Amino acid sequence: MAADKPKPRLGVWKFASCDGCQLTLLDCEDELLDIAGALDIAYFPEATRGKISGRYDLSLVEGSITTPHDAERIRDVRRRSRKLITIGACATAGGIQSLRNFADIKEYAAIVYARPDYIQTLATSTAIADHVPVDFELRGCPISKHQLLEVISALLAGRKPVTPAHSVCIECKLRGNPCVMVAHGTPCLGPVTHAGCGAICPSYDRGCYGCYGPMESPNARSLSSWLADLGMDGRALQRVYRTFNANAPSFRTESERHGK
Amino acid sequence: MASRTIKVDYLSRVEGEAALKVVVRNGEVKSAALSIFEPPRFFEALLRGRAFSEAPDITARICGICPVAYQMSAVHAMEHALGISVGGQLRDLRRLLYCGEWIESHTLHVHMLHAPDFLGYDGAIDMARDHGEAVTRGLALKKVGNEIIALLGGREIHPINVRVGGFYRVPTRKDFARLAESLKRAREAALESVQWVASFDFPERVRDYTFVALRHPDEYPFNEGRIVSNRGLDIAAPEYDDHFEETHVAHTTALQSRLRGSGSYLVGPLARYNLNFDKLSPLAQQSAREAGLDAICTNPYRSIVVRAVEALYACDEALRIIDAYEEPDRPAVPLEPRAGVGFAATEAPRGLLYHRYRLEQDGSIAEARIIPPTSQNQQCIEEDLVSHIGGFLDLPDEALQHRCEQTVRNYDPCISCATHFLRLEIDRA
Repeated sequence: MAADKPKPRLGVWKFASCDGCQLTLLDCEDELLDIAGALDIAYFPEATRGKISGRYDLSLVEGSITTPHDAERIRDVRRRSRKLITIGACATAGGIQSLRNFADIKEYAAIVYARPDYIQTLATSTAIADHVPVDFELRGCPISKHQLLEVISALLAGRKPVTPAHSVCIECKLRGNPCVMVAHGTPCLGPVTHAGCGAICPSYDRGCYGCYGPMESPNARSLSSWLADLGMDGRALQRVYRTFNANAPSFRTESERHGK
Repeated sequence: MASRTIKVDYLSRVEGEAALKVVVRNGEVKSAALSIFEPPRFFEALLRGRAFSEAPDITARICGICPVAYQMSAVHAMEHALGISVGGQLRDLRRLLYCGEWIESHTLHVHMLHAPDFLGYDGAIDMARDHGEAVTRGLALKKVGNEIIALLGGREIHPINVRVGGFYRVPTRKDFARLAESLKRAREAALESVQWVASFDFPERVRDYTFVALRHPDEYPFNEGRIVSNRGLDIAAPEYDDHFEETHVAHTTALQSRLRGSGSYLVGPLARYNLNFDKLSPLAQQSAREAGLDAICTNPYRSIVVRAVEALYACDEALRIIDAYEEPDRPAVPLEPRAGVGFAATEAPRGLLYHRYRLEQDGSIAEARIIPPTSQNQQCIEEDLVSHIGGFLDLPDEALQHRCEQTVRNYDPCISCATHFLRLEIDRA
């Protein structure tokens, strides 16, 4: 074995987020020590002390860009990274905090803070790919542990990660779930939502709420008419697309058709 | 020594982004500031106009480390507003879910984030080289906490099975069979963890804290109880705003939570333990005693032992709930939207988490207020630095810096949660 060959350096970076996606790495309880054996965990402040230095072979980026400082910082992270992979709905689509994109940020700040004039923030919350080139985007709010391990393994093996791009509907079929919409009339975003979770919500008798964001080329307009038939009014239809992936283009466009 | 400033520009092993500045003048700690530079996400603003039923899923996203706490405070506040109460097995299942989060979150902090401070490592990964068994045991214990959340909640982070009124789907007795076996092993591991952390060296530092936690007549608190203190406070959640206030600290722009008329207070494991020792299970009490803890502990460095004791209690309690479980007739209590105001406080792993909502007639949220534990502890953390760091000033800068960080990590601060108590230091001179 090439014992003297340096291990690939991993950096884990946080922007506006809840920390849940990077926690997913620490939630790999059975694999964590193996990961630490295969990769040099060079920067991961949630888990260990360490300073930013040099270049990183793999950067996992959590969170969205919401401040002028972060808009600069992500450029530095990009310059330092051979492969930059976004993890989760915030980094990939702007997250729940992108609801500000549909509102007046000054009014938002005034609701939450006594001195909104001290708050430095951008009027929008945007995905990492809106600021720098991204090598791969991992979906989900939060991401799936299995998909994260697949992405890391693929990188180590020098191949493309295998993460199916079909809808949650396919995952329900694979699990043998009866369709919650057909069987129970439960509104479900499964037909337009990117796979990856394994259809958890329908397996627990609830409709998918789209936390993995839109699949490629979703037919959201058609789904909306089905949802309207199930009794959802315009405001409810707008809300259903405006959650954790509200700023993903196809969900944003569909939400703008409703609620007026 | 004339003047010395210890700065930690990016505090590690906390959840979120924070920095620390301690100023030393003439051999005394003059000031300490924990500044939070986590970007604001405006949850209280974006919740307005959402349906009451969306609050548990949306507020979970405030913190990926303790989403169950946010879901629990949200559902209880909403149920209060809607005039319903959830009892029986559904209530027990919520308690079980919280046990999972306490085990997961406490074990993460005890084994991976805080223990390295006591043993002199940068993190759990390099600590594993010399303390492999302890790290492996911690990971196994943490995993069982996550298994509870995944079984009952659908997944470990941002569970999908919690709703106002109960759950979407409830497990059968059979679903718990394998988990019960894992939990029995976890309880053994948790016992060993208490013994392990009890063997650490603890700086002898105590302070006369005001402890605030829930207290319930029959049980160690998770979701229900009155908000009490060791100084005679005894109120229900709707009275919270009468007794606590968010104030501007004079020389800063900070908003901090304080007890009206008496100032800083401490929430979290230490507060819960001191106010509820008698409600711990016999096993947890015995293990605490054997670990050298009395019924009252005022040394914040020993909070790591208290956290380990609470993780043990949570294993014990989870087993008790699973053993007594009978599948309820329905997964949720039916409810109708109505106008109203709802209040709730529950015990997040890091301490009291308060939610208040005002609902419109159609059940949409008109107003939301969320006060997370770390913003309640912020003043206490700074006071600890001023009070407890004094005796360490002869240490070289780097060692002193470690000691300061350890002192902050006594609180397991979750900065992602605390952002709306953002502190910005602005020098206008």
